[in-house]
Amino acid sequence: MEDVVEKEAIDLTMIDEVCAEYKGRKGATIPVLQKVQEHYGYLSSDMIDRIGENLNISSHTLYGVLTFYAQFYTTPRGKYVIRVCRGTACHVKGSGRISEVVKEEFGISNGETTSDIKFTLEEVSCIGACGMAPVIMINDKTYGNLTPEQARSIFKEYAQKQD
Amino acid sequence: MSANNDIIEVHICMGTAGVASGGYEVMDAFAAEFEKEGISAVLKERNCKVKATGCRGLCARDVLVDIHLPGMGPITYEHVTPEMVPSIVQEHIGAGQVVDKWAAKKDYYDFYKLQKRYVLKDCGKVDPEDIDDYISLGGYDAIKKVLKEMTPEQVIDEVKKSGLRGRGGGGFPTGMKWGFCRASKGDLKYLICNADEGDPGAFMDRSIIEGNPHVVIEGMLIAAYAIGCKEGYIYCRAEYPLAIKRVKKALRVAEERGFLGKNILGTDFEFHLHLKEGAGAFVCGEETALIASIEGERGMPRSRPPFPAVKGLWAKPTNVNNVETFANLPLIILDGADYYASMGTEKSKGTKIFALSGKVKSTGLVEVPMGITIRQLIFDVGGGIAKKRKFKAVQLGGPSGGCIPEHLLDTPIDYDSLIAAGAMMGSGGVVVMDETNCMVNVAHFFLTFTQRESCGKCIPCRIGTKTMLDILKRITTGEGREGDIETLQDLANDIKIASLCGLGQTAPNPVLTTIKYFRHEYEAHIKDKKCPARECSELIEFVVADDRCKKCGICFKVCPVGAITWEKGKVAYIDKSKCVKCRECIVNCPFNAID
Ligand SMILES: Cc1cc2nc3c(=O)[nH]c(=O)nc-3n(C[C@H](O)[C@H](O)[C@H](O)COP(=O)(O)O)c2cc1C
Ligand code: FES
Repeated sequence: MEDVVEKEAIDLTMIDEVCAEYKGRKGATIPVLQKVQEHYGYLSSDMIDRIGENLNISSHTLYGVLTFYAQFYTTPRGKYVIRVCRGTACHVKGSGRISEVVKEEFGISNGETTSDIKFTLEEVSCIGACGMAPVIMINDKTYGNLTPEQARSIFKEYAQKQD
Repeated sequence: MSANNDIIEVHICMGTAGVASGGYEVMDAFAAEFEKEGISAVLKERNCKVKATGCRGLCARDVLVDIHLPGMGPITYEHVTPEMVPSIVQEHIGAGQVVDKWAAKKDYYDFYKLQKRYVLKDCGKVDPEDIDDYISLGGYDAIKKVLKEMTPEQVIDEVKKSGLRGRGGGGFPTGMKWGFCRASKGDLKYLICNADEGDPGAFMDRSIIEGNPHVVIEGMLIAAYAIGCKEGYIYCRAEYPLAIKRVKKALRVAEERGFLGKNILGTDFEFHLHLKEGAGAFVCGEETALIASIEGERGMPRSRPPFPAVKGLWAKPTNVNNVETFANLPLIILDGADYYASMGTEKSKGTKIFALSGKVKSTGLVEVPMGITIRQLIFDVGGGIAKKRKFKAVQLGGPSGGCIPEHLLDTPIDYDSLIAAGAMMGSGGVVVMDETNCMVNVAHFFLTFTQRESCGKCIPCRIGTKTMLDILKRITTGEGREGDIETLQDLANDIKIASLCGLGQTAPNPVLTTIKYFRHEYEAHIKDKKCPARECSELIEFVVADDRCKKCGICFKVCPVGAITWEKGKVAYIDKSKCVKCRECIVNCPFNAID
């Protein structure tokens, strides 16, 4: 039942507008998926079907494309996306421990989201701030030169945030 | 130098690292301070400008602020926080007294001594969001010269003469590549800037785009004219939001000013340039995969030939170059091929930008003439190893490259010498490792990366890397078997030969070089079930060595689970039933006293 309620709650007309903008353009798939995801935060099967209908592409093809790229998500993501850099510079400076701290604090592993949809953990390869390794990002904010315990206190701060 | 003699300029580093370290807060603090009484009167007479610049290299010391006062060389302040701003403004700008305690010292300038900031000369000076600032530094003069004085063939000859080789990894001669694409039949040709920068540990391209986006656009214009391309794309990885923002703005403004679009600078030269955001796949840095991705497909490499110069984007002739390659071009045109070719070695001309990171003191972005040695790069420019530890190895060329040990540190940095040493120039990531880094773990790390990023199209890469990874995993967890090293080598050689694209062909390199130079570490893991660097936690006993423990209590303080007991004057003790093997004690012990 819950499923149905949720489906009705999401207004998908935005998709039609985006598709109209890109229709007929070459190489439209990825930009359209990006725009739709930017709006809704993820790509549900309904959204994907709707894009397919609009662009005249089968859903299979769309799935083929979106599962290839790390930046597309088919489930809702946390309000705070914690990106732990697992690039080389961060690795040699101990970023593996920071992922473990996330797990200790929130019980989530790479790609998982807490049940209250507050936090998602995403291990990424290089944020491009290697000079400040180890680095994490929480949404758009970057934190560098972290020890595991400093990271833990940052996570605790976010956990206490009321919306 | 952009600082005009009459005006005061404050330059604040606003690259990714600058922003992350609080660049905007520092900028606001300057603005607030300038509003204050007393100062505002002083400033009113003397035009004062606060400028957000790109990365100037030494990210480890951010936020970096330069103050240019008339009649005085620029002074740099390190680690600036908003709290420091009032003193800097009042004492330095107001009264002309440098605040010595915060001003950069000798070690800051040492970082630049051996460098040749050529391609990066304006990064950190120019305001990346202001086209006029770029133009005031001679920006877009090169394309003006090209359109006015040179035929496309002359441009290609000049680039050939300069000896420029692609900075994206392979080192293919740029002028020659352009020649191929120009010679291909067809009216519609595409030009692509590869800004995917997937090497985890590299940030040169990001810094160039964030620090000076117009130089990339200008380089692309020169290439487009020489090859005969009307359409182009900058393919930028999605993990670089600031770079994307700045490219978007630069493209819009350049078009408004008539540097892009139709009738560029009043001629009939036409070039339309678009931004494509990547969606997170390392293999998309490979040019044929990148092309597939722009076409909206899964980003899988295609077999070559046909090369993109013949059949590329939408089956049209296409030329792909790296960001840094493009950034070199305006300089070659303005300074001339002869000057350019006077820098570097016989076969590797010019400079190369490196992202220096890992266990080195001064991490950041450096630009050096080709031909200096790896030792100079790490010890003279980078200031040596941090925390008084010992150098162990340096990884050059990212996951496709190799680990270079101490005895090869005098290898000159040029395309061919590095390949001979088992590494490669790659994109320019230089990750330094010290005695606490385990080389088997490093090999495992790189292979985990390439394995995950393998697109799965060809079997040697898909299955082969997985099998290698399984073996490495068991070695690092104490399950290694006799013969594993040989199996790894055999697999590695097969994968190198049989894979479809560069990803698979190079993926075994880190494993091969670590076996070649650090075989004893592999053997210690397999035979003695020990990790000499004490990084593989399954192979560490977590006991304090009585004879080495200096009873300082640091381990006691850092242990997050309270597993360590210690009293002043006593050797620490680790309770194994509580220990979670996080290695905090090992990392922090100044005396290497935990086995
Ligand atoms: C797996 C793989 C990843 C690559 N990643 C990049 C990259 O991130 N950036 C880049 O410029 N070139 C990358 N390349 C090299 C490109 O295929 C291509 O050679 C390069 O963009 C050409 O530009 P250049 O001649 O200016 O070097 C990669 C190659 C492979 C095989
Ligand atoms: S490796 Fe972490 S930011 Fe580059």
